Amino acid sequence: MRKAGPVLWTVTLLVAAGLLAGRCAPSAPKAKRAAAAVSDMAVAAQKTYIAPGDLDEYYLFSSGGHSGQVYVYGVPSMRHLSTIPVFTPYPATGYGFDDESKAMLGGLTWGDVHHPALSETNGDYDGRWLFVNEMNGRVARIDLRDFKTRQILGPVPNVSGNHASAFVTPNTEYSMMASRFSIPIPKGTVVPIEKYATDYKGVVAAVKIDPKSGAMALGWEILMPPFDYDLGDAGKGPSNGWMFWSSYNTERATGKLEVTSTQRDRDYIAAIDWKAAEKAAGEGKGDVIGGVKVLDPKKVPGIVYLMPCGKSPHGVDVSPDGKWIVGSGKLQGVTTVFNFEKIQTAIRNKDFTGEEDGIPVLKYESIKDAEVPVGLGPLHTQFGPDGYAYTSLFVDSAIAKWKLGTWEVVDKIPMSYSIGHLSAAEGDTAHPQGKYLVGLNKLSHGRHLSVGPSQPESSQLVDISEEKMKLLYDAFTEPEPHYAQMIKADKLHPIEVYPKEENKHPLAVWDVKDAGVTRQGNKVVAKVVEVRSTITPTSIEVNEGDEVTVAITNIEQTTDELHGFGLLDYNVNVVVDPGETKTFTFKATKGGVFPYYCTNFCSALHQEMQGYLIVRGGR
Amino acid sequence: MTGWIEKTSRILETPLGLGPRALVLAALLLLLPAYVFPLYDMTMFAPQYPEGLRLHIYSYRLDGGHGGQDVKEINLLNHYIGMKDLDAAEFTEFKWIPFAVGAFVLLLLRTATLGKLAHLVDVLVLYLYFGLFSLWSFAYKMHWYGHHLSPTAAVKVDPFTPPLFGHKKLANFEVYSYPAVGSYTLAAVALVLALALYLAWRQARRHGASLARMPD
Repeated sequence: MRKAGPVLWTVTLLVAAGLLAGRCAPSAPKAKRAAAAVSDMAVAAQKTYIAPGDLDEYYLFSSGGHSGQVYVYGVPSMRHLSTIPVFTPYPATGYGFDDESKAMLGGLTWGDVHHPALSETNGDYDGRWLFVNEMNGRVARIDLRDFKTRQILGPVPNVSGNHASAFVTPNTEYSMMASRFSIPIPKGTVVPIEKYATDYKGVVAAVKIDPKSGAMALGWEILMPPFDYDLGDAGKGPSNGWMFWSSYNTERATGKLEVTSTQRDRDYIAAIDWKAAEKAAGEGKGDVIGGVKVLDPKKVPGIVYLMPCGKSPHGVDVSPDGKWIVGSGKLQGVTTVFNFEKIQTAIRNKDFTGEEDGIPVLKYESIKDAEVPVGLGPLHTQFGPDGYAYTSLFVDSAIAKWKLGTWEVVDKIPMSYSIGHLSAAEGDTAHPQGKYLVGLNKLSHGRHLSVGPSQPESSQLVDISEEKMKLLYDAFTEPEPHYAQMIKADKLHPIEVYPKEENKHPLAVWDVKDAGVTRQGNKVVAKVVEVRSTITPTSIEVNEGDEVTVAITNIEQTTDELHGFGLLDYNVNVVVDPGETKTFTFKATKGGVFPYYCTNFCSALHQEMQGYLIVRGGR
Repeated sequence: MTGWIEKTSRILETPLGLGPRALVLAALLLLLPAYVFPLYDMTMFAPQYPEGLRLHIYSYRLDGGHGGQDVKEINLLNHYIGMKDLDAAEFTEFKWIPFAVGAFVLLLLRTATLGKLAHLVDVLVLYLYFGLFSLWSFAYKMHWYGHHLSPTAAVKVDPFTPPLFGHKKLANFEVYSYPAVGSYTLAAVALVLALALYLAWRQARRHGASLARMPD
């Protein structure tokens, strides 16, 4: 065995070396790319810190998704400033409880808000109104003078699954919408699903906006092939007068869409000459379907063209100068840039490769300027002031920064996690401001204190003022920020009280002496005054079975002196702002004594601000 | 030539010494971790999965990180590119590998007790064959999964073979694939058996030589 020594050692060493060379599963990726977003703390803290009492530079209006609301954040602090209830009752402001807002909701208690659209003048935000869409086919207008929902239009006839909305044209002539879920029209028509490809219809609808009041009214519609219309953007500058829509499921498939609708390598971006459509509708062309004028491109040629775009495009975004249209195929690794001039040339030269239901399909090679290799899962693009574009990458969970014209990808920043849309400061206008960008992420796991299975979404603030993008801040937002728009704060001039002289409400009373209860048959009207710290009258007497209207006027003219009116057991909570009058009407079905009180803390004697509704006829 | 055959067969008939028998027993013990520890680990990192998705391939079952949930998650992600589900029922290896390992336990026990040098040669040759076949089988499986993608998948990717040893970038994933404890102990079995054979062969030759020097 003496000689075996060295051999044994050799073998042992070999085994040991083998084991060392052998590797094990790593605990973290070894590649250079950082898996999660990190920030330089000193820079980030300095850039996002808004000292107590100081104000943010931008407003961010973030869609609340299926919460039905709009959330307002300050940028760069990312502080949640306010919730604007739109499609869902919100007791905090009494929304959905008073007669007016209840009527606006129209019996629906939810909506799925996706894409806020700030009103524009010459392609720039003008700070007047905010339009938001909702999947049930409605559009709402929020007045930015008081941050209140002032109108809900719809459900608009024929449009089904109003995802592609509420994009406005450069001078807010229209808010545009389109069907995500094609159906047989008019609504109420039943056709077997087997006839989807021929008998189901997509619809593009133009909602006319009054330039003075912002009031929305039904405009005209265009009949489209049964694709799923996803997002849209209006042309501006040279492309003003055109509207672009991304679409998927151009396979016209049904059933398991994740497979059946993803078979084609290219779907379409629909280019609509809305000025031509407007003219045609004005000339009386089209047929009335479901109560609205509908143009059929087969009968009115020249209003719609289809641009092939790979694959299942989500975002379609027009560059600030209006020259380029960026289409982001979510199932590929490039984003496609189309040249508006080339599109026009192709239309003139009839450079078509086919047609869909009579709509010409433009030749891809003739209209495309570039396929920019941004990364996997491009969804949505915003712009900076310096010719840079920012594209969100869902699969790569990152943002790519690239240059318009040279199509060079210059920077990437990881997002945590799975970014959907993004919102740069005025980043979809003719004059983007740069500076900040917010990534609206779908997943937040592990980046916040755990709050159980219902996890918040994450919105990450990114500094885009320099060559390299820098992550500044993680904010956790209410569900679910699909798209948001960021506007310079000084463009908005909200009022803080409703001036008395503007209050024309017929039931408003401005003096406690005028408050009181009047009766006509079994209809009772109670005119109520709220002012620190009394609700007048302090009791309201009615009979069981009466129809009671309570009109509450908050006669304060002092900022922040809100009053509430909570009526116990009758499911009522109304909040009236200074100078505002609101009514609520109910049937006094339950006899008894029911306290009412101020729900919105107002003063040192807030607790004393109470009264009783006495419904006679009870036990 | 005849002399060499005679000499070799004589060596092969030589009973094993204590040292080699002890090594054979050690090899037997080294087989056992293959029933307890994974043979292969695959780990996939993506931005959305900072902790990584982990797949542990045992000799007899599939397991994943997060209490097994990762297997489901990996299958869920793979369905977008049209890859077939990783299903334990599809892995015939899970049946024949444990069986083969059991057979080697018995064969090694036989070698250690009744052991002639020939038994050791047999078991080592068989074992190497088993090892190489298992490796091929694993590699083939990886290749098969990466090359049988559904043509109707939502996301079309070129056919690929996941890494067998090392790492590879696949879409947004960094995939790391390495043998795990079970494989290393199985590899050690071969080395220990080879060592046992080497020692036994030397002893047998020396024994033969001393026999040859004895007067008739």
